[in-house]
Amino acid sequence: MTPEFQKDIYYHMALARAVDDRMWILNRQGRAPVVYSSNGHEAAQVGSAFALNRGEDWIVPYYRDLALVLAYGMTPREVMLHLLGKAEDPNSGGRQMPAHWGLHRRHIMTTGSVVATQDIHAAGLALASKVLKDGRVSVAYFGEGSTSQGEFHEALNFASVHKLPVIFFCENNGYAISVPARKQMAVMDVAARAAGYGMPGVIVDGNDPLKVYEVTKLARERALAGDGPTLIEAKTYRFVPHSSDDDDRVYRSREEVAEWKKRDPLVTFEKYLLDNQILSSEELAAMQQKIKDAVNDATDYAEKAALPDPSTLGLYVYHQ
Amino acid sequence: MAVMTYLEAIRETLRQELRRDDRMIIYGEDVGVRGGVFRVTEGLQAEFGEDRVIDSPLAEAAIVGTAIGAAINGLRPVPEIEFADFIFPAINQIVQEAARIRYRSNGDFGVPLVIRAPFGGGVHGALYHSQSVEALFAHVPGLKVVIPGTPYDAKGLLASAIQDEDPVLYFEHKAAYRSLKGEVPDERYLIPIGKADVKRQGKDLSIITYGLMVSYAQRAAETLEKEGISVEIVDLRSVRPLDVEAILETAKKTGKVLIVHEDNLTGGIGGEVSALIAEHALFYLDAPIMRLAGPDVPAMPYSPPLEHAFMVTPDKIAEAARKLAKF
Repeated sequence: MTPEFQKDIYYHMALARAVDDRMWILNRQGRAPVVYSSNGHEAAQVGSAFALNRGEDWIVPYYRDLALVLAYGMTPREVMLHLLGKAEDPNSGGRQMPAHWGLHRRHIMTTGSVVATQDIHAAGLALASKVLKDGRVSVAYFGEGSTSQGEFHEALNFASVHKLPVIFFCENNGYAISVPARKQMAVMDVAARAAGYGMPGVIVDGNDPLKVYEVTKLARERALAGDGPTLIEAKTYRFVPHSSDDDDRVYRSREEVAEWKKRDPLVTFEKYLLDNQILSSEELAAMQQKIKDAVNDATDYAEKAALPDPSTLGLYVYHQ
Repeated sequence: MAVMTYLEAIRETLRQELRRDDRMIIYGEDVGVRGGVFRVTEGLQAEFGEDRVIDSPLAEAAIVGTAIGAAINGLRPVPEIEFADFIFPAINQIVQEAARIRYRSNGDFGVPLVIRAPFGGGVHGALYHSQSVEALFAHVPGLKVVIPGTPYDAKGLLASAIQDEDPVLYFEHKAAYRSLKGEVPDERYLIPIGKADVKRQGKDLSIITYGLMVSYAQRAAETLEKEGISVEIVDLRSVRPLDVEAILETAKKTGKVLIVHEDNLTGGIGGEVSALIAEHALFYLDAPIMRLAGPDVPAMPYSPPLEHAFMVTPDKIAEAARKLAKF
């Protein structure tokens, strides 16, 4: 892995955190109705994205995946247009709630709100790849809570029976809104479920982007070799409430959050890059300035952009 | 031009379309080696291979959900749901995903997908092998719902559905599979979705219907002709979108409308058709709009007297039409 590659991973993690922070500010100022955050998940998302053929392989994200879609080529402007429901929002033209990603240009699959539906879509995208031999791998992203859904299990089973080139990537942050993992499943690890479907289940430190990169790369190679799917469980934590309408103090202790904060992936990865002289403090400062400019530009651009015209309400119900 | 059953017309269309387009795949429960529980896909796996005619796991949400993904990544999937009654585990994928994907992505994504499913009763299928589910889906913007009533229409509508850029539900009446026969051209042809067809010209009253009920209405019309009652039959062929023009035209022409379907009465297609007529052609009517439909019981029972009591039959249609003609 080259220094440039590692710096690029860091850049996208830091960019995501900065965009995220700005979204919360906009929300608290009353300028953005709702925010769903990737804060804390950046290593899992960016590390896995960098193991893919970005823009060619399909990703099927869920609402937590801001850092993922940024790493996959969505621009900060596009994210902000989506947040503010502007006409130019390429995810949905202002039709969907924020964090409902979808960008055909970058092979980011469109997503709804019902969890685990996307797991089956990833299997289907991969089914087409198998038939068409297009060399693409598809990756479904989801939280551990959604693994209680039947469609999660149907997706794993279907994909494994047909040895589809797909990766199931669980971002296990321990909570489905307020419900802890121990009330979600009677096993310790989501990865254990892979055994029931005849596929490997891999646990990885979701706060270490390089480890996540490695396991995702192996899963991708396995998929391309025709050996079928892999279930990856990235153990991580979200540092903020589920959404801007949630209050996590009701269900998590401040001590627990503080303990995880010590392992903030952005802080630890930055330290690793500096300590190993992969990144200089001058480069870091320049990168931070670049990110600040990008976030300001995105915010200004999106706030000035036009809202959708009500006359467009009936468009695209069907092909036109 | 060959005489074919309704089932053969569907099978030959699938074969013709599979030959025509390498991107098309078929899958579902038992569709491969067994050729489907009704034999609709018999011989297709032998001709096109296991990659294109696929026996899938027994999981309807996965069948439809994977078809959505496959369609977006370049295939033309034509999955089968073994019985329309089994479509409910997939309803989230059909209604929340397939139907909404184009809209929610502002046109960035589309789902060219045809879901075939046998529906309808009269075959001792009881509560879970007899249902008519079309009205539930006809309610949903983003879906198209097609129900052929003849072998000829089965072919042309299926070819159109497969060519369509949006999700189409294609319901096949299982009692029609072998009972309906008709001439079907060998060459490919398209019948536009959303276009009704006047199956019989008449002047005293109109029967608006679809699916197996088209042939039942024709039998009723023959009986009534001998009694001096001239019946026009409009076969909707698609229940979403509805052919509003054809519905209003026949209502204005005869002034008396009987709407017939096997699906439950309340919230059925008949309600929508009668609302359209009431809104746009009320003053052309010479009698109240009449509906003849499956009763509002949860589903069709098994035991023959109960099943018969549920089913709409040519006799029941004739009786209703007689009453309407006399009004």
